[in-house]
Amino acid sequence: MKRILLALGLISTLLFAFACERKGGPGAGGQTGPIVVGYYGDLTGRTSNFGQSTKNGVEMAADEINKAGGISGRQIQILSEDDEGRPEKAATVVTKLIDQDRVIALLGEVASGNSLAAAPKAQAAKVPMISPSSTNPAVTAVGDYIFRVCFIDPFQGDVMAKFAANTLKAKKAAIMLDFNSPYSRGLTEFFEASFTKLGGQIVNKQSYTQGDRDYKGQLTAIRSTNPDVIYVPGYYGEVGVIAKQAKQLDIKAPLLGGDGWDSTQLWDLGGDSLNGDYISNHYSVDDPSPAIQKFVADYKARYGNVPDALAALGYDAMKVLADSIKRAGTTEEPKLRDAIAATKNFTGVTGNISIDGQRNAVKPAVVLKLQDRKYVYVETIYPEGMTPPAGAPATSGAAPASAPPASSPATSASPGKP
Amino acid sequence: MDTFVQQLINGLTIGAIYALIALGYTMVYGILRLINFAHGDIYMVGAFVGYFLSFQLGFAAGPSLVGLSVVLVGSMIAAALVGMAIERFAYRPIRKYARMTTLITAIGVSLLIENLFVAKLGAAPRAFPQLLREQSYTLFGNAAISKSQILIFAVSVLLTLLLQWVIFKTKVGTAMRAVSFNLNSAKLMGINTDFIISFTFALGSALAAAAGVLTAQYNPQIDPLMGIITGLKAFVAAVLGGIGNIPGAVLGGLLIGIAETFVVGYGQNVGVPTTFRDAVAFAILILVLLFRPTGLLGSTVQEKV
Repeated sequence: MKRILLALGLISTLLFAFACERKGGPGAGGQTGPIVVGYYGDLTGRTSNFGQSTKNGVEMAADEINKAGGISGRQIQILSEDDEGRPEKAATVVTKLIDQDRVIALLGEVASGNSLAAAPKAQAAKVPMISPSSTNPAVTAVGDYIFRVCFIDPFQGDVMAKFAANTLKAKKAAIMLDFNSPYSRGLTEFFEASFTKLGGQIVNKQSYTQGDRDYKGQLTAIRSTNPDVIYVPGYYGEVGVIAKQAKQLDIKAPLLGGDGWDSTQLWDLGGDSLNGDYISNHYSVDDPSPAIQKFVADYKARYGNVPDALAALGYDAMKVLADSIKRAGTTEEPKLRDAIAATKNFTGVTGNISIDGQRNAVKPAVVLKLQDRKYVYVETIYPEGMTPPAGAPATSGAAPASAPPASSPATSASPGKP
Repeated sequence: MDTFVQQLINGLTIGAIYALIALGYTMVYGILRLINFAHGDIYMVGAFVGYFLSFQLGFAAGPSLVGLSVVLVGSMIAAALVGMAIERFAYRPIRKYARMTTLITAIGVSLLIENLFVAKLGAAPRAFPQLLREQSYTLFGNAAISKSQILIFAVSVLLTLLLQWVIFKTKVGTAMRAVSFNLNSAKLMGINTDFIISFTFALGSALAAAAGVLTAQYNPQIDPLMGIITGLKAFVAAVLGGIGNIPGAVLGGLLIGIAETFVVGYGQNVGVPTTFRDAVAFAILILVLLFRPTGLLGSTVQEKV
């Protein structure tokens, strides 16, 4: 008993020591020395392709800024933490980045579920957080310090519904969703609403959970209802296997998905079974615009592979942050927050980024066709109220289904207090 | 009807995998009265050995029957060695202690293997290379069966028959049955019990590794934690069939596989969400333990191996 008490005493002393420690730290929020930015993402877990790509994009952007002399002479330093793709770990590492490393801003996460776990910590500490690619609307609703540089699920779900109904002329759709993922559930909801509104019918809805090993039960049930398309708003790891097993069952209907599919591992898992499927995404590597081609070439030279959308969004998130620091002229959190909120028409790799009143980015989405390990550009779909640039292939304007008013340019320039 | 047949095929496929793993649980239990919780992880080890073998030997480049056979046999041998090593270093030193001690050791070994793999390879799933040229055949109506499914059926039937032959027609099999009947008497009769126990672990582990490689052809996603749930379900299958009973393990595996698939395929029609698939196996476990603790084929005077 005595020994246990002694041990407990020792542990609490240690904890106390750590608690005192956190005031210092390398960042220390000063106005001189390097600008310390925290990045957190899944570097070793089930969605580690996401976290790695984003990290690559963030670091490449930071290096470019540093090589060009930094921000008013100050260099950017990125501190990365691995959250293993687990929400509870995400909250822990973000707390560490804020309290111990004293970062001035946070970049992360990819998966909405993890961003949702970390965002309240950033909000409570009043440290601005920019999610490169969490598309669930709830993420930025956490508070006025939480931003994103990607479009949101109501728009993404809507884009695929419009594409299925208008371009593919689908009448019957089945849905296979990842039951425990806010991302997947959000997309399902908005796809369903939009597709039904366009006169389509959802004939079957099945679910799976991450880490399932067999999807044939669900797919067989879907097959018996003969859908024209199957919407699978999941992440690459499961989707690759689902595509493979769908082909084993001789399912001919194309699968439709979202940006969660975009990863090289998708092809290792799904192989040729993926041919003919479609996804909505943030940008296309085939886009001939010089800005995108330069980014793709630089990224390839640095990392040896083609950047996926997450790398591009990580890159843009870092650039938007740097631009905001420059405009704010300081790294003091409230002023920095206001500067990020005032971002308007920032030219990023993934399109022009304007932050709206809900702290979401307003930008178009592309639809890509999967063919022989490539994403082939099909069309661009713009949010309602946003006009395609001159010369761009104009297509259907998609409105966020039941979204917060994410689009009108009038509301997007409201930099002041929330 | 098509859908029903299709679901039956789907269920039998994963059932066959569970059966292969359940055989290992049941054999070890028959001999040592030990629930070897590390067995599910051997299944994972088998899949990973297959993964690295395919790349090292260059079979990952394209599907070939030779590659598949070499990888399958290679990972079975490697897993057999791992199984024997676990028995030698983790279980043998504590065999004489209370059964609870070995049970907890088994859980410890399981955690050790999982975390070693996570530490060395990361938890991210990997894509197992395609060693079989995938193709689907239509049976009748709309029911399709793929090559990988046929492979799973064929190999598991073959291995089960082979196991039956080893146990009932060979000298070492006779010794295994003697040890399972009474370890000490067997020892007095001059049977090298240590060798027999080691051999049993090797057999069980090889079967689990085969299951690992076969599943990877059917579902190419492998990760260090893939053995946990699959292993638990195979354990339930062994209990359902009557632990210690070999035909029981096969029957239990197939039943669990079918039950699971039917929950996913038809559950929604009666208000059971598909996410209950994992719960089904454990609900079955509870029912079996309540109403027929010896399992379907088990009896008080069963033949244990």
